[in-house]
Amino acid sequence: MRVLAPVPVLVPLLGAALSLLLRRYPRVQRLVSLAAIGTVLGVAVAMLVLADANGAVAVAVGDWPVPQAIMLVVDRLSALMIVVASTVGLGVLLFSVGQGVADGPHSSPVSVFHPTFLVLMAGVGFAFLAGDLFNLYVGFEVLLTASYVLLTLGGTAPRIRGGITYIIVSLMSSLLFLAAIGLVYAATGTTNLAQLALRLGDIPDGTRMLLHGMLLVAFGIKAAVFPLSAWLPDSYPTAPAPVTAVFAGLLTKVGVYAIIRTQTLLFPGGALDTLLMCAALATMIVGILGAIAQTDLRRMLSFTLVSHIGYMVFGIALSTEAGLAGAIFYVVHHIVIQATLFLVAGLVERQGGSTTVARLGGLAAASPLLAVLYLVPALNLAGIPPMSGFLGKLGLLQAGVSAGGVLPGLLVAAGVVTSLLTLVAVSRVWSRAFWRPPTQAEHLETPADAAADSGPGTGADDGTGSGAAGDEHGAAGGSEPRGSSRSGLGSTRRGTRDAAWQRQVALATGTPGPEPEPTEESLDERDRLPRGLLGATAGLVTVSVALTFLAGPLYALADRAAIDLLNRTPYVEAVYGEGPASSAEDVP
Amino acid sequence: MTPTVVLPVVIAGLYAAGVYLLLDRSLTRVLLGFLLLGNATNVLLLSSGGPAGEAPILGHAGPGEISDPLPQALILTAIVITFGISAFLLAVIHRSWRLVRQEVVHTDEEDRRVAARSPRHADAMDPDDIDPVDLDPEDRAMGDVVGGPPDPEAQLARRFPDTASDDVDLPPTRGRTT
Repeated sequence: MRVLAPVPVLVPLLGAALSLLLRRYPRVQRLVSLAAIGTVLGVAVAMLVLADANGAVAVAVGDWPVPQAIMLVVDRLSALMIVVASTVGLGVLLFSVGQGVADGPHSSPVSVFHPTFLVLMAGVGFAFLAGDLFNLYVGFEVLLTASYVLLTLGGTAPRIRGGITYIIVSLMSSLLFLAAIGLVYAATGTTNLAQLALRLGDIPDGTRMLLHGMLLVAFGIKAAVFPLSAWLPDSYPTAPAPVTAVFAGLLTKVGVYAIIRTQTLLFPGGALDTLLMCAALATMIVGILGAIAQTDLRRMLSFTLVSHIGYMVFGIALSTEAGLAGAIFYVVHHIVIQATLFLVAGLVERQGGSTTVARLGGLAAASPLLAVLYLVPALNLAGIPPMSGFLGKLGLLQAGVSAGGVLPGLLVAAGVVTSLLTLVAVSRVWSRAFWRPPTQAEHLETPADAAADSGPGTGADDGTGSGAAGDEHGAAGGSEPRGSSRSGLGSTRRGTRDAAWQRQVALATGTPGPEPEPTEESLDERDRLPRGLLGATAGLVTVSVALTFLAGPLYALADRAAIDLLNRTPYVEAVYGEGPASSAEDVP
Repeated sequence: MTPTVVLPVVIAGLYAAGVYLLLDRSLTRVLLGFLLLGNATNVLLLSSGGPAGEAPILGHAGPGEISDPLPQALILTAIVITFGISAFLLAVIHRSWRLVRQEVVHTDEEDRRVAARSPRHADAMDPDDIDPVDLDPEDRAMGDVVGGPPDPEAQLARRFPDTASDDVDLPPTRGRTT
């Protein structure tokens, strides 16, 4: 274990350095990234098995004496988190590799993608393992800095716009966190989490409340808890699909993990639980109402992401064993599901040329496999009975009911409503984008087409059409008899309109569109989804279904992790060794 | 030893100025605000180490006389992080300037579209049904959106044909990155 613990940080960092050196050899670069994340996954599984069997282990890096050393602490929670994070990381990496293979070497200016992705994974691993408040901050910074680069990849206008919001908000939360660390150090004289757990009980109530509040706000921004969540739906949807997927899956959950540690290890006793419950309530309701209002698949998913953070915060705020276990299970479930859904959104964009739901139609007929890949995680997200989403929600609701009281009761009701509204949101996308015939989709109402079709009933279109799409209409539709386009969607006509529409999308969203003059051949090419992408997404969907089948053992594990968290002694004893914690406390 | 009042005053002043600048719409001011906030936080960390003492060098002074070395280590780390991120933020702001000739916090088109959806459009559920002309000028999309202002680089190139564009060596924005 002492050898294994640094691996989730070291191997991705070394892999990042190596793949940066190999930037001229994309194939080797991919191999290096996959090998690094695969190693982390294997090690994480081993750590989870060991931590579950033998209890928590702390490793003092460099063998410094305990309170001063940089601690890496592996307990059930952090090991479980790293397992899930590296699983999702591997799936997303496979997706992006598939994309790179499918699109050829010229299309991806992403020689920095693999190194940055590995740095991100290293930061995530470090944040989960850190046994010291300041190292938690460093872990956050490592993953955030990598995420800034990933979010602004390519530097198109929408990404820069979303990226600036994201960067500034993240910086604020980091500065707040850093200020909180300074105050914690001033109040207690340490930043070691285990030592803090012993000392924070001795400081005055007011001071403790201030520190607690500052840490919660800082982590709340990262986790996108409601009043602090406005940045998320603005910035996530602009990024490339794999990037959004890994952000949605992992980054907010690192914040949730930090909140769990704050609430259990540092400030036990549930001082701010009422506040957290109110935040959870608002997060669920506001998030899901936002999701229903959205017309874009990715933005809808971003809002459901915010909404479902509310479930986890709810479980944490209950401060009971059942609540924490439910929250931990829900985190695991949600990391996988949300990442999968964002990958599916990437596939939808590839297949349909848009993520605006009104423009999509007939995807179920065009690609039945894609339809299945959407439907399974979408229903899982909404919490349809046999699936893991249902089990997680059920656990949380049971914990809420058994806790009793007005506010938990209200939250249980809100949880049910949110689940139903999630079902509304995802099934509306299903019935529009996948189920209805493509002819009902509103392909034609782009500004350029409107210009080309201007004039009521005059038939002034095709060869004489004006506006941005005029050239293509002239080239492809000029030989058609006048008026034929009124009859519907002839294939040629349809093709040019789609192409024109896609260029609009490309211009409007900054995502790259097809070449200016697409031939029938290239359109056919686009219609087939590459196997690599489908395979990677299908893999993650399989993982999400497997969570349902493994729910029994997994929930038991979450239960054990929750007991550890509430006891606090396993963590502290792991850091201080077997000796009684009070005697270790005398060491300055 | 009496606590010094200088550090809290400096911290408070830096925080106030930083927050003020941060709330500005100009991105350069936001960056300056971030720098001030970063410095304020560093001074806060410094003051968390207690009263100043001798330099914490082994053999230079006794353990009772030196100032606490840990906050100084934390500050060094924080300075490095702040420095790196400021550089990146500056690059992003510069990129924003080159793309849309504006270095302000942009409006979010999709948000405006959802908000501007009138009951008449509610069934259409299609943000593109909304004519940009119906929106306030500042709500309209900036940059390359159809119907919006044309590419600013092209505009500039047209107006000053002899001047070399600074829009060189940019990474391709039309390559497939998704």
